[in-house]
Amino acid sequence: MTQRIKFYQTGTLTVGNRLLDAENRSVQSTIDRSNSLTSGHRACQGCGEALGARYVVDTAMREADKKLVAVNATGCLEVFSTPYPESSWQVAWMHSLFGNAPAVATGVAAALRAKGREDIKVLAQGGDGGTVDIGFGCLSGMFERNDDVLYVCYDNEAYMNTGVQRSGQTPPTARTATTPTSGGSKGNVFGQGKNAPQIAMAHDIPYVATATVADLHDLENKVTKAMGLSGARYIHVSVPCPLGWGSQPCDTVRLARLATETGLFPLFEAEHGAVTNATKIRRKVPIEEYLRPQRRFAHLFKPKPDVEALAAIQAIADRNILKYGLLG
Amino acid sequence: MTAAEILSVAAFLEGDHAQAFPSFGSERMGAPVIAFCRVDDKEIRLREPVMTPDALIVQDPTLLHQVDLFSGLDTKGYLLINTTRRYRDLGLGDFVTKFPPHHICTVAASEWAVEFIGKPLPNAAMLGAFSAITRRVKLDSVQAAIRQKFPGELGDKNAAAAGKAYNTIRTN
Amino acid sequence: MLRQMEGSHAVAEAIALCRPEVICAYPITPQTHIVERLSELVQEGEIGNCQYINVESEFAALSVAIGASAAGARAYTATSSQGLLFMTEAVYNASGLGLPIVMTIGNRAIGAPINIWNDHSDSMALRDAGWIQLYAETNQDAVDLHIQAFRLAEQLSVPVMVCEDGFILTHAYERVDMPDLNQVQAYLPPFEPVQILDPADPVTIGAMVGPEAFAEVRYLAHHKHLQAVEVIPQLASEFAKIFGRDSGGLIQQYRSEDAETVIVALGSVVGTIRDVVDEMRDDGVSIGAVKVISFRPFPMLALRAALENAKRVIVVEKAFADGLGGIAVNSVRMALRGLTTPIYTIIAGLGGRAITKASLLRAFGEATRDELDDPHFLDLNWTVIDHELARAKEKRRSGPIAENVLRDLGLVGGKPV
Repeated sequence: MTQRIKFYQTGTLTVGNRLLDAENRSVQSTIDRSNSLTSGHRACQGCGEALGARYVVDTAMREADKKLVAVNATGCLEVFSTPYPESSWQVAWMHSLFGNAPAVATGVAAALRAKGREDIKVLAQGGDGGTVDIGFGCLSGMFERNDDVLYVCYDNEAYMNTGVQRSGQTPPTARTATTPTSGGSKGNVFGQGKNAPQIAMAHDIPYVATATVADLHDLENKVTKAMGLSGARYIHVSVPCPLGWGSQPCDTVRLARLATETGLFPLFEAEHGAVTNATKIRRKVPIEEYLRPQRRFAHLFKPKPDVEALAAIQAIADRNILKYGLLG
Repeated sequence: MTAAEILSVAAFLEGDHAQAFPSFGSERMGAPVIAFCRVDDKEIRLREPVMTPDALIVQDPTLLHQVDLFSGLDTKGYLLINTTRRYRDLGLGDFVTKFPPHHICTVAASEWAVEFIGKPLPNAAMLGAFSAITRRVKLDSVQAAIRQKFPGELGDKNAAAAGKAYNTIRTN
Repeated sequence: MLRQMEGSHAVAEAIALCRPEVICAYPITPQTHIVERLSELVQEGEIGNCQYINVESEFAALSVAIGASAAGARAYTATSSQGLLFMTEAVYNASGLGLPIVMTIGNRAIGAPINIWNDHSDSMALRDAGWIQLYAETNQDAVDLHIQAFRLAEQLSVPVMVCEDGFILTHAYERVDMPDLNQVQAYLPPFEPVQILDPADPVTIGAMVGPEAFAEVRYLAHHKHLQAVEVIPQLASEFAKIFGRDSGGLIQQYRSEDAETVIVALGSVVGTIRDVVDEMRDDGVSIGAVKVISFRPFPMLALRAALENAKRVIVVEKAFADGLGGIAVNSVRMALRGLTTPIYTIIAGLGGRAITKASLLRAFGEATRDELDDPHFLDLNWTVIDHELARAKEKRRSGPIAENVLRDLGLVGGKPV
C-alpha cells in the first residue's frame, strides 16, 4: 500500500497527496470522505485529538463501507463534539461513561452478532485518561475476550478536559495541575506511568499500533489495516494538546513529529504480541528540541537547564530507539 | 442440600407442596451444612429456617458432639443417623430414651453408597431410610426424584442404594 | 407446567423464555446460579442466537448491557450486593439513557463487615437511580415479574430491576408453574427500541446536556415512572389473561381490607407475615398485610387507599439508614401524608438474620398495643451491644467492632475477652 516518495514539500515534511498515485491518496483528500466529525465542533485551536479523530473515523467509515457504530468515552472529544442540542457526528455514535467505552463497544458488537449484522463494525475511542486509567479494566477485558472492536486511544498525556491533571500517560517532569512545579518540585516524577501499547500486546490481540497526527497517511494506513482484521485491535495515537502542553496551536503537528523523531513516541505495529514493523527515524532529534516549545517543560530550561532531568529523558528516548530499532 | 432438594422433589411428585433450602454459606468442600425441607399439602409461605423439625437426618455423625443438633427436635420427632453404630455407642443412649423407639433409627448410608455408587455419598440412602421410617414420602417417589436429579446409570445406582437403605434401617 | 426447582434456575429459564439477545455475567453470590444456568441454556442453543459475555466486573456487565441495548438488543444481567454498588455509575447511566435493560438483583447485604446473606441494603441503596424496582415474594413471583419486566421496560424505555431475596429465594427449591414459550411470546412482543445505533440512520446517543435542558430531561424520566404506575397494573391484568394467574401489579393486599393493623413489607418475608397474620386473626386480632411489589415507582395512591382506614401501620424492612431508621417507611409516610396514622418500623433480617414467626408475633403484638419502640430492631442482642459500647467508652483503641462482637458471641476462637 505504501508508495515510496523521496520528495518532500519545501519547509515541511509532509507528503503532498498530489505526488501520490490516486489510490494512495489519503481518505481526507477525497471528496467522498464521510466527514464523520464535521465542522462546527468546539475543540480548541490546534487540537490534536480532533485532527486524529477526524482521520481515524473517516478511514474507519471508508473501510466499513459506512456501516460503523462509534462508542466514545467521556472526555474532550465527547464534550466538544456533542454540546446539546448539537452534534458534530455524522456516524451512529454513543457516549455512556468515562470508564466503560470498551465494554459498551463490546455490548454493541454482541448485539450486532446476535442480530446477524456483523457487516456493521464497531469503533471505540477515548482519551488517555479514559483509556489507560479509569477505563483500563474494561479495556483489558475487551482485549482478553478478543471482542470485535477497534479501540483508538487519543493520547494527549493528561486529563485535559478537566483542566490538565496528571494521567498514567503523563511523561516524567511534565507540569500538570496535579504535578506542579512550585516549591522546587520538578513536575511529574520519573519511574511512573504505563506503556499502554505494550500492555495491549501482552493480551496477544490481533493488532496493536501506535500512530501520530504528524503522519496522517501512516495513521490512516494503520486504521485501514486494523479495520481489515477482526477481534480486538488497539491503536494508540499521540495527539498534542496546545492547552495542556502549553504550546502554540500551529505547532501541534510539529510537536507530534518531534515526539517521534526524538524517540520518545516510537511508531510501530504489532500482531499477536510481536512487533512486526517500526517506523525508522529520519533524523534523530535531541529531546530538547521537542521539550523546549512546551510550557509544561519550561522548568527544565529556566532559570538554568536541569541537566540531570534532561539526560534522564534523553535516556528514555535512546532506550526506545534501541528497543524498537528506530535508527538506520 | 442435595438430599433436601431430592426430598422436596419426591414430595412434589406426590402432589404435595415442598420447600427445600440450605442454611446458606460459602461454597467449601466438607464444610458443615444444614439444609431444610418442609412438606405440606397446602402452599408453604413461611420462610424461617426449620427450628423445630419433625424429623432430623444426620448425614455426618462426627458432627454429633460438635454442634447442638437436637435443640429443636421434639420428643415425638424422628431421628435418623448415618452410622453403623448404635445410639448408645454414639453416647446418645440416654438421650434417645425420650423418643418412641421406632422413631430412632440408624442406617449405614455411607456403606450402601460405597457399595452401590462407589463413593461415600449418602444422600440417596438417607432418603430411602427416611421414607422407611416416616412414611411421609413413598420410596417410589424418592427413587423417581433421585433419577430426575441424576439421569442414567448414576440415578439407577443411587435409587438402588435408596432401596437397600429402605430395607436395612435399624431401630435403636 | 408445574415443576419443583431451584429459584435461580426458575428465573434463568424464565429469562431464556424472554429471548434476550445479549446476557452479560459477572459472578457474585448469591446471583451465581442464575447466570450459570443461563450460560448452559445459551450453550445448548436454547436461546437462539443469544450472546453470552463473561465480563471482568459488574461495571463492565452493565456497560456491555448498555451498549447492547443501545444497539437494539434485548439485554439482561444479574447481580447482588457489592456488585450492584460497583456498577452504580452505569446503573444511573442506563436509566438516564432510557435503555430497557432488565437486571435481577439477588438481594444481599453490603459490607463491611462482609456478609453474603440476604437483606435489602443493595437494592435500597439504588432505589432512586431511575430504575423501576419490583420485589418478588416467591419464586413464582420472580418468574412472573421478570416476564412482565421486559414488557414494562420496553414499553416505557426504562430499565427494570427485579429484586429477589438472596438464598431465601435464589437457593430455595419450591413449586413453580413454568410458562411455555408460546405464552411468553404472546405476552412479550419483539423488542422495538425507541432509539438505536444504526449506521443507516445515525443518531448521537448520550450527548452532553447543560443547565438549559437538564431539568426537563430529568422530569421526563420522572414522567416515565408516573406512567409506569398506570402501566404496571395493566400489564399484570394482561398477564393474568395469558398465564391464568394473578401476578405483579403495584401492591397486593392480604386480609388487610378491614384490618386495624396493617403490615407493609417487600419480598419473601411477606410469606412469613401471611402466616403470622393468619395466626393473629385466629386469635381475634384485626390485622392484615400489604405487599409492595413495585417499590419504584412507589404506588402512592394505591398504597394510600390500602392503608387509609388502618389504625396503625407497621413497615417491616430489611434495610435501614444509619442515624435515621427505615428506608421504605419514608415512602409509606409519603403515601399517608396528612393522616395521623401511627407508623412503626421494624428493621429485620439484616445480613441473613432469620425472621421468625415467633419474633414477628411478639413485635406485632407489641405494636397492636402501641408498646413497640420505633424504629424497632428485631431480635437485637442488647447484651453484645451494651458490652461493645462499654468497651469503646473505656478504651479508644477498642478494635474492630465486628470482631469484638463475634468474640462476645464466642464465635471467634472462643477466646474470652
